[in-house]
Amino acid sequence: MADPNKVDPIHQFQITDIVSLGEGGVSFTNSALFMVLTVGAIALYLIMSTQKRSLVPNRVQLVSEMLYEFVAKMVTDSAGKAGMKFFPFVFSLFMFVLVANMFGMIPFFFTVTSHIIITFALAMLVFLVVIVYGFIKNGPKFLKLFVPSGVPGYVLPIVVPIEVVSFLSRPISLSVRLFANILAGHITLKVFAGFIVTLGGLGFMGWLGALLPLVMTVAITALEFLVAALQAYVFAVLTSMYINDAIHPSH
Amino acid sequence: MAGSTQDIIVLAQAEAGDALQQGEVVAAPAEEHAAESGGEHAAADAHGATETHAGTEAHSEVFPPFDGATFGGQLLWLAITFGALYLLMSRVALPRIGGILETRRTRIEGDLREAERLRQETEKAAAAYEAALAEARKNAHAIAEETRGGIKADIEGRRADVEAGLARRVAEAEGRIRADKDAALANVGSIAAETAQVLVARIAGSVSAAEAKAAVAAVSKE
Repeated sequence: MADPNKVDPIHQFQITDIVSLGEGGVSFTNSALFMVLTVGAIALYLIMSTQKRSLVPNRVQLVSEMLYEFVAKMVTDSAGKAGMKFFPFVFSLFMFVLVANMFGMIPFFFTVTSHIIITFALAMLVFLVVIVYGFIKNGPKFLKLFVPSGVPGYVLPIVVPIEVVSFLSRPISLSVRLFANILAGHITLKVFAGFIVTLGGLGFMGWLGALLPLVMTVAITALEFLVAALQAYVFAVLTSMYINDAIHPSH
Repeated sequence: MAGSTQDIIVLAQAEAGDALQQGEVVAAPAEEHAAESGGEHAAADAHGATETHAGTEAHSEVFPPFDGATFGGQLLWLAITFGALYLLMSRVALPRIGGILETRRTRIEGDLREAERLRQETEKAAAAYEAALAEARKNAHAIAEETRGGIKADIEGRRADVEAGLARRVAEAEGRIRADKDAALANVGSIAAETAQVLVARIAGSVSAAEAKAAVAAVSKE
């Protein structure tokens, strides 16, 4: 962005200090700014829109209610009524990822979820919540998660390690899925958009040639909006399913 | 034209560099790599201090999402913001929306129950009305029946009275007629005798009443 003639698809992921708060690495960065904006936008919208507590909702309030019911249904479908204990957690995750992804679609905005550390931290949070709650609620019976019922004993030595590995790989798959989708989408978008600029500088034929990447950019932008919403949904659904494992460990 | 060809070269370089970096990151542990990149720009020993500089200035050296120098700050801000979000959601926003939905649900259920209750009441009232109507109809029918029976009996009685009176009077009249007739028939002989006497007297001189009578009797026997 600094040099308009230079197309750098990676620059958009650069973390820069906005306010440096000292030498300890706690500076207020663009990433931090967009986390604050994400949380602020979510909280402001949900709280302002429900200020009136109308019995017959207006449009703004209806959106909040639909989000609530959407996530509530997701949680109860996956984890049952007992899963509603984790509803605020899943809802916060869903809204955070969704709004961070959507903010990332606005030009010049930083995409919080394009950094593996953020998605990994969220995934580890889910993972730890599942493990801690699973052991608190079920005690040692939580380990039955790794022993599928109805499997003959002689298969268990094969099945149990598979189950353990698949369980342990959850935070990785959960975080990499979101991170890679957002990162790849943004790079692709930037590369195609860069082709337009580059070809546009080549004169008339270049302008004609730039039409193809332009069409691609528009199409990929639409696709990225879909991915942004879909990945938030996938993250929340998988979280609900993992929480279900913590509540009902036996398969 | 020259500028744009340069662009393409720069782009190609950037992509090549990117690919190279990704390979590097996979090959080398992230921590080590961050230190290495920091070392290129600042004193390698001052690790903490160079972290942010490595992030801000040397973005072409490290692929930013894998730049371990920024991890601490990002985690801190994520913890602060996500923690705030969780608190705001679980304490304020979600209970409020849940409350709105719950209020609406109970209101709708209450309204439906009330409607159901009113409907049952209406049905009950309609049934009661139907029953009352049937009762009234039955009563009316009974009253009509009774009245009709009474009137009929009355008519029958009166007709019987009238008929009896008529029959009596007919009988009386018949009796009187018979008596008159008898009397008249009884008088026929004497009248005939008197007539005969008068006629005979006119024609052939006087005849005694006894003779005339005997003559009439003789004639009427013939």
